[in-house]
Amino acid sequence: MQLFLFWCAALLMLVFGVAVILNRNPVASALSLVVSFLGLATLFMMLDAYFIGIIQVLVYAGAVMVLFLFIIMLLDLRAENLRKINWPATAGGAVVAFVFLIQVLSVIGRLTDAKKTFPPLARSTIDDVRNVGVTLFTNFNFPFQVIGVLVLVATIGVVVLSKRELANK
Amino acid sequence: MYSWLILSSLAKIVGILFVVILPMVSYTVYAERRVSAFIQDRPGPNRVGPAGLLQPIADVVKLLIKEDFTPAGVNTFYYWLAPCLAMMPSIITIAVVPFGSTLFDVPMVIADVNIGILWVFAIGSLGVYGIVIGGWASNSKYPFLGGVRSSSQMISYELSLGLAVIPIFMLVGKLRLTDVVRYQIDHGWFIAPFIGDWANPVKWLLAIPMLISFFVFMVAMFAETNRLPFDLPEAEQELAGGYHTEYSSMKFALFFLGEYTAMIAGSAVMVTLFLGGWHFPGIPDGSHGWIFGLTNIVVFFAKVTALLFFFIWVRWTLPRFRYDQLMRLGWLFFFELALVNIFLVAGILACFHV
Repeated sequence: MQLFLFWCAALLMLVFGVAVILNRNPVASALSLVVSFLGLATLFMMLDAYFIGIIQVLVYAGAVMVLFLFIIMLLDLRAENLRKINWPATAGGAVVAFVFLIQVLSVIGRLTDAKKTFPPLARSTIDDVRNVGVTLFTNFNFPFQVIGVLVLVATIGVVVLSKRELANK
Repeated sequence: MYSWLILSSLAKIVGILFVVILPMVSYTVYAERRVSAFIQDRPGPNRVGPAGLLQPIADVVKLLIKEDFTPAGVNTFYYWLAPCLAMMPSIITIAVVPFGSTLFDVPMVIADVNIGILWVFAIGSLGVYGIVIGGWASNSKYPFLGGVRSSSQMISYELSLGLAVIPIFMLVGKLRLTDVVRYQIDHGWFIAPFIGDWANPVKWLLAIPMLISFFVFMVAMFAETNRLPFDLPEAEQELAGGYHTEYSSMKFALFFLGEYTAMIAGSAVMVTLFLGGWHFPGIPDGSHGWIFGLTNIVVFFAKVTALLFFFIWVRWTLPRFRYDQLMRLGWLFFFELALVNIFLVAGILACFHV
Protein backbone atom coordinates (compact mmCIF):
# COMPACT_ATOMS: atom_id res chain seq x y z
CA MET A 1 0.00 0.00 0.00
CA GLN A 2 2.70 2.41 1.02
CA LEU A 3 4.78 1.53 -2.04
CA PHE A 4 1.76 2.08 -4.28
CA LEU A 5 1.12 5.49 -2.71
CA PHE A 6 4.80 6.33 -3.06
CA TRP A 7 4.71 5.64 -6.79
CA CYS A 8 1.49 7.62 -7.19
CA ALA A 9 2.94 10.65 -5.43
CA ALA A 10 6.32 10.37 -7.14
CA LEU A 11 4.75 10.03 -10.59
CA LEU A 12 2.43 12.95 -9.90
CA MET A 13 5.40 15.07 -8.86
CA LEU A 14 7.60 14.12 -11.83
CA VAL A 15 4.91 14.32 -14.53
CA PHE A 16 3.76 17.74 -13.40
CA GLY A 17 7.36 18.84 -12.85
CA VAL A 18 8.02 18.11 -16.54
CA ALA A 19 4.75 19.81 -17.43
CA VAL A 20 6.03 23.01 -15.82
CA ILE A 21 8.73 23.39 -18.47
CA LEU A 22 6.84 21.86 -21.41
CA ASN A 23 3.68 23.95 -21.14
CA ARG A 24 3.54 27.03 -23.35
CA ASN A 25 0.81 28.62 -21.27
CA PRO A 26 2.36 30.26 -18.15
CA VAL A 27 -0.81 29.71 -16.10
CA ALA A 28 -0.70 25.99 -16.90
CA SER A 29 2.98 25.93 -15.88
CA ALA A 30 2.26 27.64 -12.58
CA LEU A 31 -0.59 25.26 -11.78
CA SER A 32 1.54 22.26 -12.74
CA LEU A 33 4.13 23.47 -10.25
CA VAL A 34 1.42 23.60 -7.57
CA VAL A 35 0.45 19.97 -8.27
CA SER A 36 4.12 19.02 -8.22
CA PHE A 37 4.46 20.64 -4.78
CA LEU A 38 1.45 18.71 -3.56
CA GLY A 39 3.09 15.46 -4.71
CA LEU A 40 6.28 16.42 -2.88
CA ALA A 41 4.29 17.22 0.26
CA THR A 42 2.65 13.79 0.04
CA LEU A 43 6.08 12.15 -0.11
CA PHE A 44 7.20 14.07 2.99
CA MET A 45 4.06 13.08 4.85
CA MET A 46 4.56 9.42 4.00
CA LEU A 47 7.93 9.70 5.74
CA ASP A 48 6.10 10.99 8.86
CA ALA A 49 7.65 14.43 8.24
CA TYR A 50 4.25 16.10 8.54
CA PHE A 51 5.62 19.50 9.41
CA ILE A 52 7.87 19.85 6.35
CA GLY A 53 5.13 18.45 4.14
CA ILE A 54 2.48 20.85 5.30
CA ILE A 55 4.84 23.83 5.22
CA GLN A 56 5.54 22.91 1.62
CA VAL A 57 1.83 23.27 0.88
CA LEU A 58 1.27 26.29 3.10
CA VAL A 59 4.20 28.38 1.87
CA TYR A 60 4.75 27.32 -1.74
CA ALA A 61 1.37 26.09 -2.96
CA GLY A 62 -0.72 28.38 -0.76
CA ALA A 63 1.20 31.64 -0.77
CA VAL A 64 4.08 31.89 -3.27
CA MET A 65 2.28 30.31 -6.22
CA VAL A 66 -0.86 32.36 -5.62
CA LEU A 67 1.23 35.49 -6.01
CA PHE A 68 2.90 34.02 -9.12
CA LEU A 69 -0.48 33.23 -10.64
CA PHE A 70 -1.65 36.71 -9.72
CA ILE A 71 1.19 38.28 -11.72
CA ILE A 72 0.95 35.85 -14.66
CA MET A 73 -2.75 36.53 -15.11
CA LEU A 74 -2.03 40.21 -15.63
CA LEU A 75 0.32 39.38 -18.53
CA ASP A 76 -0.70 39.11 -22.16
CA LEU A 77 -0.86 35.34 -22.48
CA ARG A 78 -1.46 35.31 -26.22
CA ALA A 79 1.95 36.85 -26.89
CA GLU A 80 3.49 34.26 -24.62
CA ASN A 81 1.74 31.41 -26.44
CA LEU A 82 2.81 32.64 -29.88
CA ARG A 83 6.47 33.10 -28.99
CA LYS A 84 8.74 30.94 -31.20
CA ILE A 85 10.88 28.26 -29.60
CA ASN A 86 14.57 29.07 -29.93
CA TRP A 87 15.78 25.61 -31.06
CA PRO A 88 19.59 26.09 -30.76
CA ALA A 89 19.19 27.44 -27.22
CA THR A 90 16.84 24.59 -26.28
CA ALA A 91 19.27 22.01 -27.67
CA GLY A 92 22.16 23.65 -25.81
CA GLY A 93 20.22 23.59 -22.57
CA ALA A 94 19.29 19.94 -23.06
CA VAL A 95 22.93 18.99 -23.67
CA VAL A 96 24.12 20.82 -20.55
CA ALA A 97 21.41 19.19 -18.45
CA PHE A 98 22.27 15.75 -19.87
CA VAL A 99 25.99 16.17 -19.16
CA PHE A 100 25.20 17.29 -15.63
CA LEU A 101 22.94 14.26 -15.11
CA ILE A 102 25.73 11.90 -16.26
CA GLN A 103 28.17 13.59 -13.87
CA VAL A 104 25.79 13.26 -10.94
CA LEU A 105 25.12 9.61 -11.77
CA SER A 106 28.82 8.80 -12.04
CA VAL A 107 29.59 10.46 -8.69
CA ILE A 108 26.69 8.71 -6.93
CA GLY A 109 27.64 5.40 -8.60
CA ARG A 110 31.04 5.55 -6.91
CA LEU A 111 29.55 6.04 -3.42
CA THR A 112 29.34 2.73 -1.61
CA ASP A 113 26.63 4.05 0.73
CA ALA A 114 24.34 4.71 -2.20
CA LYS A 115 24.22 0.99 -3.03
CA LYS A 116 23.42 -0.14 0.49
CA THR A 117 19.86 -0.80 1.59
CA PHE A 118 19.43 0.81 4.95
CA PRO A 119 17.33 -0.82 7.66
CA PRO A 120 13.87 0.74 7.95
CA LEU A 121 13.66 3.62 10.35
CA ALA A 122 11.73 3.23 13.55
CA ARG A 123 8.34 4.92 13.50
CA SER A 124 8.77 8.36 15.02
CA THR A 125 6.94 8.89 18.26
CA ILE A 126 8.03 12.44 18.96
CA ASP A 127 6.16 15.51 17.85
CA ASP A 128 8.12 16.79 14.86
CA VAL A 129 6.80 20.34 15.14
CA ARG A 130 8.05 20.58 18.72
CA ASN A 131 11.34 19.03 17.63
CA VAL A 132 11.88 21.59 14.87
CA GLY A 133 11.03 24.43 17.25
CA VAL A 134 13.32 23.26 20.04
CA THR A 135 16.20 22.70 17.65
CA LEU A 136 15.75 26.11 16.03
CA PHE A 137 15.58 28.01 19.30
CA THR A 138 18.43 26.18 21.10
CA ASN A 139 21.10 24.86 18.74
CA PHE A 140 20.53 27.26 15.87
CA ASN A 141 19.32 30.32 17.71
CA PHE A 142 21.93 32.70 16.30
CA PRO A 143 21.50 31.79 12.61
CA PHE A 144 17.75 31.91 13.16
CA GLN A 145 17.96 35.47 14.48
CA VAL A 146 20.25 36.47 11.60
CA ILE A 147 17.74 35.11 9.09
CA GLY A 148 15.06 37.09 10.89
CA VAL A 149 17.03 40.30 10.44
CA LEU A 150 17.68 39.40 6.80
CA VAL A 151 13.98 38.91 6.11
CA LEU A 152 13.18 42.17 7.87
CA VAL A 153 15.71 44.03 5.71
CA ALA A 154 14.26 42.46 2.58
CA THR A 155 10.76 43.47 3.63
CA ILE A 156 11.82 47.06 4.26
CA GLY A 157 13.64 47.06 0.92
CA VAL A 158 10.52 45.92 -0.92
CA VAL A 159 8.41 48.59 0.76
CA VAL A 160 10.95 51.30 -0.07
CA LEU A 161 11.21 50.20 -3.71
CA SER A 162 7.48 50.02 -4.29
CA LYS A 163 6.85 53.35 -2.57
CA ARG A 164 9.53 55.12 -4.62
CA GLU A 165 7.99 54.02 -7.88
CA LEU A 166 4.67 55.45 -6.76
CA ALA A 167 6.26 58.83 -5.92
CA ASN A 168 7.82 59.13 -9.42
CA LYS A 169 4.43 59.01 -11.07
CA MET B 1 -5.51 -4.14 12.05
CA TYR B 2 -4.40 -2.28 8.96
CA SER B 3 -7.48 -3.08 6.92
CA TRP B 4 -9.66 -2.22 9.94
CA LEU B 5 -8.08 1.24 9.98
CA ILE B 6 -8.77 1.72 6.29
CA LEU B 7 -12.34 0.46 6.62
CA SER B 8 -13.18 2.62 9.63
CA SER B 9 -11.60 5.68 7.99
CA LEU B 10 -13.60 5.04 4.86
CA ALA B 11 -16.78 4.69 6.90
CA LYS B 12 -16.01 7.96 8.69
CA ILE B 13 -15.26 9.81 5.46
CA VAL B 14 -18.43 8.60 3.73
CA GLY B 15 -20.52 9.11 6.86
CA ILE B 16 -19.33 12.59 7.67
CA LEU B 17 -19.33 13.78 4.07
CA PHE B 18 -22.56 12.34 2.68
CA VAL B 19 -24.64 12.02 5.82
CA VAL B 20 -23.66 15.21 7.63
CA ILE B 21 -21.73 17.79 5.61
CA LEU B 22 -23.51 17.74 2.23
CA PRO B 23 -27.07 17.79 3.65
CA MET B 24 -25.87 20.46 6.05
CA VAL B 25 -24.60 22.54 3.11
CA SER B 26 -27.92 22.41 1.28
CA TYR B 27 -29.88 23.13 4.43
CA THR B 28 -27.58 26.05 5.25
CA VAL B 29 -28.65 27.53 1.92
CA TYR B 30 -32.26 26.95 2.92
CA ALA B 31 -31.60 28.47 6.37
CA GLU B 32 -29.96 31.46 4.75
CA ARG B 33 -33.05 32.10 2.64
CA ARG B 34 -35.44 31.58 5.55
CA VAL B 35 -33.45 33.65 8.04
CA SER B 36 -32.92 36.46 5.54
CA ALA B 37 -36.64 36.42 4.87
CA PHE B 38 -37.35 36.54 8.59
CA ILE B 39 -34.97 39.48 9.05
CA GLN B 40 -36.53 41.32 6.11
CA ASP B 41 -40.05 40.51 7.32
CA ARG B 42 -41.20 38.35 4.39
CA PRO B 43 -42.10 34.63 4.25
CA GLY B 44 -39.20 33.23 2.18
CA PRO B 45 -39.35 29.82 0.45
CA ASN B 46 -42.27 28.02 2.17
CA ARG B 47 -44.02 26.15 -0.64
CA VAL B 48 -42.11 22.87 -1.18
CA GLY B 49 -42.96 20.48 1.62
CA PRO B 50 -43.81 21.50 5.18
CA ALA B 51 -42.43 25.01 5.87
CA GLY B 52 -40.47 24.72 2.62
CA LEU B 53 -38.22 22.04 4.05
CA LEU B 54 -37.92 20.20 0.73
CA GLN B 55 -36.80 23.37 -1.07
CA PRO B 56 -33.08 22.25 -1.24
CA ILE B 57 -34.11 19.12 -3.19
CA ALA B 58 -36.11 21.22 -5.63
CA ASP B 59 -33.11 23.54 -5.95
CA VAL B 60 -30.75 20.70 -6.76
CA VAL B 61 -33.10 19.33 -9.41
CA LYS B 62 -33.43 22.80 -10.90
CA LEU B 63 -29.67 23.32 -10.99
CA LEU B 64 -28.99 19.91 -12.52
CA ILE B 65 -31.45 20.19 -15.37
CA LYS B 66 -30.62 23.79 -16.25
CA GLU B 67 -28.69 24.41 -19.43
CA ASP B 68 -24.95 24.17 -18.80
CA PHE B 69 -23.83 27.11 -20.91
CA THR B 70 -20.16 27.66 -21.75
CA PRO B 71 -19.57 31.14 -23.13
CA ALA B 72 -17.38 31.59 -26.20
CA GLY B 73 -13.84 32.76 -25.51
CA VAL B 74 -13.39 31.02 -22.17
CA ASN B 75 -10.39 28.87 -21.48
CA THR B 76 -12.39 25.64 -21.41
CA PHE B 77 -10.16 23.39 -19.30
CA TYR B 78 -9.67 25.94 -16.53
CA TYR B 79 -13.30 26.99 -16.80
CA TRP B 80 -14.22 23.42 -15.86
CA LEU B 81 -11.47 23.03 -13.29
CA ALA B 82 -12.32 26.12 -11.23
CA PRO B 83 -15.66 25.00 -9.70
CA CYS B 84 -14.07 21.73 -8.53
CA LEU B 85 -11.19 23.62 -6.95
CA ALA B 86 -13.66 25.93 -5.22
CA MET B 87 -15.48 23.09 -3.48
CA MET B 88 -12.64 20.67 -2.68
CA PRO B 89 -10.37 22.45 -0.15
CA SER B 90 -13.12 23.16 2.35
CA ILE B 91 -14.18 19.51 2.31
CA ILE B 92 -10.59 18.32 2.79
CA THR B 93 -10.16 20.73 5.72
CA ILE B 94 -12.77 18.83 7.72
CA ALA B 95 -10.51 15.74 7.70
CA VAL B 96 -8.50 16.93 10.71
CA VAL B 97 -11.35 18.36 12.77
CA PRO B 98 -12.45 16.09 15.65
CA PHE B 99 -16.24 16.05 15.36
CA GLY B 100 -16.85 13.71 18.28
CA SER B 101 -15.06 11.76 21.01
CA THR B 102 -15.24 8.05 20.23
CA LEU B 103 -17.97 5.83 18.85
CA PHE B 104 -17.51 2.09 19.53
CA ASP B 105 -13.90 2.95 20.49
CA VAL B 106 -13.23 4.48 17.07
CA PRO B 107 -11.94 8.06 17.43
CA MET B 108 -14.30 10.42 15.68
CA VAL B 109 -11.73 12.26 13.61
CA ILE B 110 -10.74 11.22 10.11
CA ALA B 111 -7.01 12.06 10.32
CA ASP B 112 -5.60 12.81 13.75
CA VAL B 113 -2.35 14.38 12.53
CA ASN B 114 0.04 16.27 14.79
CA ILE B 115 -0.06 19.37 12.58
CA GLY B 116 -3.85 19.81 12.77
CA ILE B 117 -4.19 23.54 12.54
CA LEU B 118 -1.40 23.93 9.96
CA TRP B 119 -3.32 21.48 7.79
CA VAL B 120 -6.41 23.65 8.09
CA PHE B 121 -4.49 26.74 7.01
CA ALA B 122 -2.54 25.02 4.24
CA ILE B 123 -5.56 23.41 2.61
CA GLY B 124 -7.66 26.51 3.25
CA SER B 125 -5.11 28.62 1.41
CA LEU B 126 -5.59 26.42 -1.67
CA GLY B 127 -9.20 27.60 -1.79
CA VAL B 128 -8.13 30.81 -3.48
CA TYR B 129 -7.16 28.91 -6.66
CA GLY B 130 -10.74 28.04 -7.52
CA ILE B 131 -11.79 31.67 -7.33
CA VAL B 132 -8.75 33.10 -9.13
CA ILE B 133 -8.86 30.54 -11.94
CA GLY B 134 -12.63 30.90 -12.26
CA GLY B 135 -12.25 34.65 -12.61
CA TRP B 136 -9.42 34.38 -15.07
CA ALA B 137 -10.73 31.55 -17.25
CA SER B 138 -14.07 33.31 -17.78
CA ASN B 139 -12.20 35.81 -19.98
CA SER B 140 -14.46 38.62 -18.89
CA LYS B 141 -13.58 41.75 -16.98
CA TYR B 142 -15.94 41.65 -13.98
CA PRO B 143 -15.16 38.06 -13.03
CA PHE B 144 -11.47 38.86 -13.43
CA LEU B 145 -11.77 41.82 -11.07
CA GLY B 146 -13.59 39.56 -8.63
CA GLY B 147 -10.79 37.01 -8.80
CA VAL B 148 -8.10 39.62 -8.26
CA ARG B 149 -9.96 41.16 -5.35
CA SER B 150 -10.51 37.78 -3.79
CA SER B 151 -6.89 36.67 -3.94
CA SER B 152 -5.58 39.86 -2.38
CA GLN B 153 -8.27 39.72 0.30
CA MET B 154 -7.57 36.09 1.16
CA ILE B 155 -3.82 36.61 1.32
CA SER B 156 -4.26 39.64 3.59
CA TYR B 157 -6.61 37.99 6.03
CA GLU B 158 -4.71 34.72 6.18
CA LEU B 159 -2.09 36.50 8.27
CA SER B 160 -4.59 37.59 10.92
CA LEU B 161 -6.10 34.11 10.83
CA GLY B 162 -2.74 32.50 11.52
CA LEU B 163 -1.68 34.96 14.21
CA ALA B 164 -5.01 34.76 16.02
CA VAL B 165 -4.58 31.08 16.90
CA ILE B 166 -1.01 31.36 18.22
CA PRO B 167 -2.19 32.27 21.79
CA ILE B 168 -4.14 29.01 21.91
CA PHE B 169 -1.13 26.96 21.03
CA MET B 170 1.00 28.84 23.54
CA LEU B 171 -1.38 27.46 26.16
CA VAL B 172 -1.89 23.99 24.74
CA GLY B 173 1.66 23.39 23.52
CA LYS B 174 0.58 21.12 20.66
CA LEU B 175 -0.87 21.64 17.19
CA ARG B 176 -3.00 18.50 17.22
CA LEU B 177 -6.67 19.49 17.27
CA THR B 178 -7.72 16.59 19.52
CA ASP B 179 -5.20 17.87 22.07
CA VAL B 180 -6.79 21.31 21.88
CA VAL B 181 -10.17 19.78 22.66
CA ARG B 182 -8.64 17.64 25.44
CA TYR B 183 -7.07 20.76 26.99
CA GLN B 184 -10.41 22.56 26.90
CA ILE B 185 -12.14 19.64 28.61
CA ASP B 186 -9.57 19.74 31.41
CA HIS B 187 -9.31 23.52 31.75
CA GLY B 188 -12.59 24.84 30.42
CA TRP B 189 -13.46 26.32 27.03
CA PHE B 190 -11.13 29.07 25.89
CA ILE B 191 -13.71 31.82 25.57
CA ALA B 192 -15.98 30.61 28.37
CA PRO B 193 -14.03 30.79 31.67
CA PHE B 194 -17.14 29.87 33.68
CA ILE B 195 -16.87 26.29 32.42
CA GLY B 196 -14.36 24.03 34.17
CA ASP B 197 -12.25 25.32 37.06
CA TRP B 198 -13.98 28.69 37.22
CA ALA B 199 -12.46 29.64 40.61
CA ASN B 200 -9.03 30.07 39.00
CA PRO B 201 -8.45 33.86 38.54
CA VAL B 202 -5.70 33.37 35.92
CA LYS B 203 -8.24 31.70 33.71
CA TRP B 204 -10.49 34.74 33.83
CA LEU B 205 -7.49 36.91 32.97
CA LEU B 206 -6.60 34.62 30.05
CA ALA B 207 -10.15 34.86 28.78
CA ILE B 208 -9.49 38.47 27.71
CA PRO B 209 -6.82 37.67 25.07
CA MET B 210 -8.80 34.57 24.13
CA LEU B 211 -11.85 36.70 23.38
CA ILE B 212 -9.68 39.02 21.28
CA SER B 213 -8.31 35.96 19.44
CA PHE B 214 -11.80 34.68 18.84
CA PHE B 215 -12.92 38.04 17.52
CA VAL B 216 -9.96 38.37 15.13
CA PHE B 217 -10.31 34.77 13.98
CA MET B 218 -14.02 35.17 13.39
CA VAL B 219 -13.61 38.37 11.36
CA ALA B 220 -10.77 36.85 9.33
CA MET B 221 -12.95 33.80 8.71
CA PHE B 222 -15.68 36.06 7.34
CA ALA B 223 -13.14 37.52 4.94
CA GLU B 224 -11.74 34.11 3.98
CA THR B 225 -15.17 32.74 3.13
CA ASN B 226 -16.09 35.91 1.18
CA ARG B 227 -19.11 36.56 3.32
CA LEU B 228 -20.73 39.91 3.84
CA PRO B 229 -19.51 42.38 5.23
CA PHE B 230 -16.41 41.29 3.26
CA ASP B 231 -17.97 39.84 0.11
CA LEU B 232 -16.13 42.24 -2.21
CA PRO B 233 -15.09 39.45 -4.66
CA GLU B 234 -18.73 38.83 -5.52
CA ALA B 235 -20.33 42.16 -4.72
CA GLU B 236 -23.42 42.07 -6.92
CA GLN B 237 -23.84 45.81 -7.17
CA GLU B 238 -20.23 46.40 -8.23
CA LEU B 239 -19.14 43.33 -10.14
CA ALA B 240 -22.40 41.76 -11.38
CA GLY B 241 -21.69 38.65 -9.31
CA GLY B 242 -17.90 38.54 -9.35
CA TYR B 243 -15.88 35.49 -10.29
CA HIS B 244 -18.88 33.25 -11.00
CA THR B 245 -20.75 35.66 -13.29
CA GLU B 246 -20.11 33.53 -16.40
CA TYR B 247 -21.04 30.23 -14.77
CA SER B 248 -24.41 28.55 -15.00
CA SER B 249 -26.16 25.38 -13.90
CA MET B 250 -24.24 22.94 -11.68
CA LYS B 251 -20.91 24.71 -12.16
CA PHE B 252 -22.37 27.82 -10.58
CA ALA B 253 -23.88 25.63 -7.88
CA LEU B 254 -20.46 24.22 -7.04
CA PHE B 255 -19.13 27.74 -6.44
CA PHE B 256 -22.18 28.55 -4.41
CA LEU B 257 -22.08 25.37 -2.33
CA GLY B 258 -18.31 25.72 -1.97
CA GLU B 259 -18.88 28.98 -0.14
CA TYR B 260 -21.26 27.28 2.28
CA THR B 261 -18.93 24.32 2.75
CA ALA B 262 -16.17 26.79 3.57
CA MET B 263 -18.50 28.36 6.13
CA ILE B 264 -19.18 24.98 7.72
CA ALA B 265 -15.49 24.07 7.75
CA GLY B 266 -14.65 27.47 9.26
CA SER B 267 -17.32 27.12 11.92
CA ALA B 268 -16.10 23.59 12.72
CA VAL B 269 -12.55 24.89 13.20
CA MET B 270 -13.80 27.76 15.36
CA VAL B 271 -15.85 25.38 17.52
CA THR B 272 -12.82 23.13 17.95
CA LEU B 273 -10.42 25.93 18.79
CA PHE B 274 -12.51 28.19 20.99
CA LEU B 275 -15.80 26.57 21.94
CA GLY B 276 -14.61 23.28 23.40
CA GLY B 277 -15.21 21.06 20.36
CA TRP B 278 -17.59 18.22 21.13
CA HIS B 279 -17.47 18.83 24.87
CA PHE B 280 -20.50 19.94 26.84
CA PRO B 281 -20.43 20.16 30.64
CA GLY B 282 -22.05 17.09 32.18
CA ILE B 283 -21.94 14.86 29.10
CA PRO B 284 -19.21 12.18 29.34
CA ASP B 285 -17.22 11.08 26.30
CA GLY B 286 -17.85 8.06 24.12
CA SER B 287 -15.92 5.59 26.29
CA HIS B 288 -18.96 5.47 28.62
CA GLY B 289 -21.29 4.08 25.98
CA TRP B 290 -22.16 4.64 22.34
CA ILE B 291 -25.12 6.84 23.24
CA PHE B 292 -22.73 9.42 24.73
CA GLY B 293 -20.45 9.14 21.71
CA LEU B 294 -23.42 9.95 19.51
CA THR B 295 -24.45 12.81 21.82
CA ASN B 296 -20.96 14.30 21.52
CA ILE B 297 -21.25 14.38 17.74
CA VAL B 298 -24.67 16.00 18.03
CA VAL B 299 -23.27 18.60 20.46
CA PHE B 300 -20.45 19.42 18.04
CA PHE B 301 -22.77 19.97 15.10
CA ALA B 302 -25.21 21.91 17.28
CA LYS B 303 -22.40 24.35 18.04
CA VAL B 304 -21.48 24.51 14.35
CA THR B 305 -25.10 25.26 13.50
CA ALA B 306 -25.21 28.05 16.06
CA LEU B 307 -22.14 29.64 14.46
CA LEU B 308 -23.65 29.22 11.00
CA PHE B 309 -26.72 31.05 12.18
CA PHE B 310 -24.43 33.84 13.38
CA PHE B 311 -22.79 33.97 9.92
CA ILE B 312 -26.20 34.36 8.30
CA TRP B 313 -27.37 36.87 10.85
CA VAL B 314 -24.33 39.08 10.24
CA ARG B 315 -24.75 38.86 6.48
CA TRP B 316 -28.29 40.25 6.57
CA THR B 317 -27.56 42.87 9.21
CA LEU B 318 -24.30 44.62 8.31
CA PRO B 319 -23.61 46.67 5.18
CA ARG B 320 -20.61 45.93 2.97
CA PHE B 321 -17.20 47.52 3.51
CA ARG B 322 -15.51 49.51 0.78
CA TYR B 323 -12.47 47.78 -0.72
CA ASP B 324 -9.84 50.17 0.68
CA GLN B 325 -11.56 50.02 4.09
CA LEU B 326 -11.34 46.26 3.99
CA MET B 327 -7.63 46.30 3.21
CA ARG B 328 -6.86 48.98 5.80
CA LEU B 329 -8.86 47.12 8.42
CA GLY B 330 -7.01 43.89 7.69
CA TRP B 331 -3.49 45.25 7.61
CA LEU B 332 -3.63 48.14 10.06
CA PHE B 333 -6.03 46.86 12.69
CA PHE B 334 -6.54 43.09 12.84
CA PHE B 335 -2.93 42.20 12.05
CA GLU B 336 -1.65 44.46 14.85
CA LEU B 337 -4.37 43.36 17.26
CA ALA B 338 -3.44 39.72 16.75
CA LEU B 339 0.27 40.51 17.22
CA VAL B 340 -0.27 42.48 20.43
CA ASN B 341 -2.54 39.72 21.64
CA ILE B 342 0.31 37.19 21.38
CA PHE B 343 2.52 39.39 23.59
CA LEU B 344 -0.36 39.80 26.03
CA VAL B 345 -0.73 36.04 26.42
CA ALA B 346 3.04 35.61 26.68
CA GLY B 347 3.09 38.27 29.44
CA ILE B 348 0.28 36.60 31.39
CA LEU B 349 1.93 33.19 31.04
CA ALA B 350 5.29 34.57 32.19
CA CYS B 351 3.83 36.48 35.16
CA PHE B 352 1.69 33.68 36.56
CA HIS B 353 3.83 30.67 35.51
CA VAL B 354 0.81 28.82 34.19
